[in-house]
Amino acid sequence: MPETAALDAFRTEIAVWILSACPAPLLGRPMGEDRIVWGGRKWQFQDDDQKTWMQAAIARGMTAPRWPVEYGGAGLSRAEEKIYREELERLQAPPPLESFGLWMLGPALLEFGTHAQKLAHLLPVTRGEIRWCQGYSEPGAGSDLANVQTRAEDMGDHWLVNGQKIWTSYADRADWIFALVRTDRDAPKHKGISFMLIDMNSPGVTTRPIQLISGKSPFCETFFDNVKVPKSYGEDNPSVVGQVNRGWDIAKYLLTHEREMIGGGARGLLGGRSLGQVLGDLDGAMDDPVTRAEAMRIEVNALAFAMTMERYKDQAEAGRGVGNASAMLKYYGTELNKERYELLMSAAGSEAVEWDGPHGSLAPEWLRTKANSIEGGTSEVMLDIIAKRVLELPNS
Amino acid sequence: MTSLLETEDETMLRDAARGFLADAAPVANLRANRDQGRPFDTGLWREMAQMGWAGVLVPEAQGGADMGHRAAGILAEEMGRTLAASPFISSAVMAATTLRAAASQQAEQALTAITEGRLIYAVALDEGRKHAPLNTALVAQKAGNGFRLTGTKAFVADGGSAQRVLVLARTAGSAGEAAGLTLFDIPADRAGLHKMARATVDSRDHAQMVFDGVEATGDEVLGTLDDGWALLARGVQAGQAAVAAELLGVAGGAYGMTVGYLKERKQFDRTIGSFQALQHRAAHLWAEIEVTASAIANAGRVLDATPTQAGLAVSLAKARAAQTVDLAVREGVQMHGGIGMTDAYDIGFYMKRARVGSEWLGDYGYHAAQVAAARGF
Repeated sequence: MPETAALDAFRTEIAVWILSACPAPLLGRPMGEDRIVWGGRKWQFQDDDQKTWMQAAIARGMTAPRWPVEYGGAGLSRAEEKIYREELERLQAPPPLESFGLWMLGPALLEFGTHAQKLAHLLPVTRGEIRWCQGYSEPGAGSDLANVQTRAEDMGDHWLVNGQKIWTSYADRADWIFALVRTDRDAPKHKGISFMLIDMNSPGVTTRPIQLISGKSPFCETFFDNVKVPKSYGEDNPSVVGQVNRGWDIAKYLLTHEREMIGGGARGLLGGRSLGQVLGDLDGAMDDPVTRAEAMRIEVNALAFAMTMERYKDQAEAGRGVGNASAMLKYYGTELNKERYELLMSAAGSEAVEWDGPHGSLAPEWLRTKANSIEGGTSEVMLDIIAKRVLELPNS
Repeated sequence: MTSLLETEDETMLRDAARGFLADAAPVANLRANRDQGRPFDTGLWREMAQMGWAGVLVPEAQGGADMGHRAAGILAEEMGRTLAASPFISSAVMAATTLRAAASQQAEQALTAITEGRLIYAVALDEGRKHAPLNTALVAQKAGNGFRLTGTKAFVADGGSAQRVLVLARTAGSAGEAAGLTLFDIPADRAGLHKMARATVDSRDHAQMVFDGVEATGDEVLGTLDDGWALLARGVQAGQAAVAAELLGVAGGAYGMTVGYLKERKQFDRTIGSFQALQHRAAHLWAEIEVTASAIANAGRVLDATPTQAGLAVSLAKARAAQTVDLAVREGVQMHGGIGMTDAYDIGFYMKRARVGSEWLGDYGYHAAQVAAARGF
């Protein structure tokens, strides 16, 4: 089939490109959170190799492979992007750039933004120049996200924003924030929310990191104290994406996306190796029948789940959307990931409980997985969504 | 890898099968078969054959529809949904795949007869309580120009109804070895072959077969002497994928009944489906079924594309199906409450078929170990 031949040719081409563009010292190492390149004004590369790789990827649009070329992407098809990811994984090459701009803002703007908004905001994202964070949750708006109280008052030429966000990932290192703000306090709670783009350099924005059980602080509290946000950043480039007071539609769209992503991030590819192989590196771990049985069970579930992710991605690509099934992907993937880390910890025994022991960052990673089934909607909220919208069970 | 999404043709096949089975083989049929002591409805099987189902894996040259393993899985899944009993998996999947791989003139004639629904095959494989094909101890001794088969086969699906039997026998080597196993294709009414019907919980045809010096000619060896497992393994693998698909359908059927019940049953002046404790369990079950559906589709795709490298895909499907159907029927009976315990209500039938299907051709533990081996541990 010519289509297959073309994809085979693409696979060869992209592998050759990765090997020529990605400096050798970056290859063949397992990917860890500490090796992610996030970009942004405050970003410092760990070494020149990371910078070389990112620049090469930018030149080819490969920091955002699926985005249109005019917005800094490579315009790849879903099949091509999949091959690119597979080749990155096979060669153990790190993604050249990761960010909330690529994962979250991009999909929202591509779907709901104006051409000028896309040009203004997406190009800097693909080039790693601007780092975004997400301002969704508030102290009183967790699982009940639509209860956001951060207020944006219409002051004519600008919005006046007051309130507090929480769990804003890496807000202390971000340049801009996309936030859910209340623009109509009298409307029903889902109908008075807007999706607003705010420069973190604006006077009145402050952040405070929150230390987590993992010892790390990936999340912050973000405060808005009489922050003036221009109505417009240029011609046809308003600070609100989509219609004012219709931000909940965008939030829901992005949550679907986020859930799929969090679920998918938990596929547990372990650098292409099986869980049993990873555990096999630990002397004697697989001799324990309980560990072995558990490794088998998780492996079976992980393989079937990875296939399910692909099936739903294909469905989205075919234009049929993923819809409420994203709740299932999020629920299943994150619960699976927690099980995987529990087993890794158990198998590594007393060595695993050291903060900086022979297994490196295993302990903080294990603790970090506990957030997987909370962030982006708890497992319980996911089950509620499935029960109500998929199974159509009655309200209590 | 090809997409796991259903093609338009596959969706049409599923819709047609679902519509037909809802009318012609609702669960009430299984109840009637059971009450009248019939393992399956021969008229129904004839109709299935007329629609091309018995020849789903048979080449067009032999009159088959040659639609492939993914299509066979879709049919098996839909049969599982209404617990439709038929020799589909034994005859149209396992025997047909094996005979097709044998590629002899004799086998081609048998394939035509299978396709037309005239001939039912059973596969006599396991001898103990668990699936362990290489442990075959039934002996085929050289006797003149032929062989003499002695031993016992346990749990032969459709063994009571079949007119012919594919029987795996040891001609050399010892238990645990694949080498030295030979496959015979003999009539089920051959002298010395005693069939003892087993009354199983799923009310289907299962028999123990005692081979008491059963004679077989050299022409009745299917494939190569001492290398029969290579051939039969193809049929067994296809069968495992089809049973897994059937179990997915059983899970889906039990789930459908259960969610339906949650929407109509009232207690404490409320529909019980409004209780979050039950909602979350039902939602979790749906998630498990969705994930298993991917493994089932994948097994069919891999069997169609690269049948000689389908071990991992098939075992993954069977392992997942066994786990999921187990959850579906346990939750199904529990959430139905007292009525779920009654014979008058259908949910119990799902539990019984699930148990038998989970065991047939390898349980969860067997297939999970196969997955682990294929994944390097």
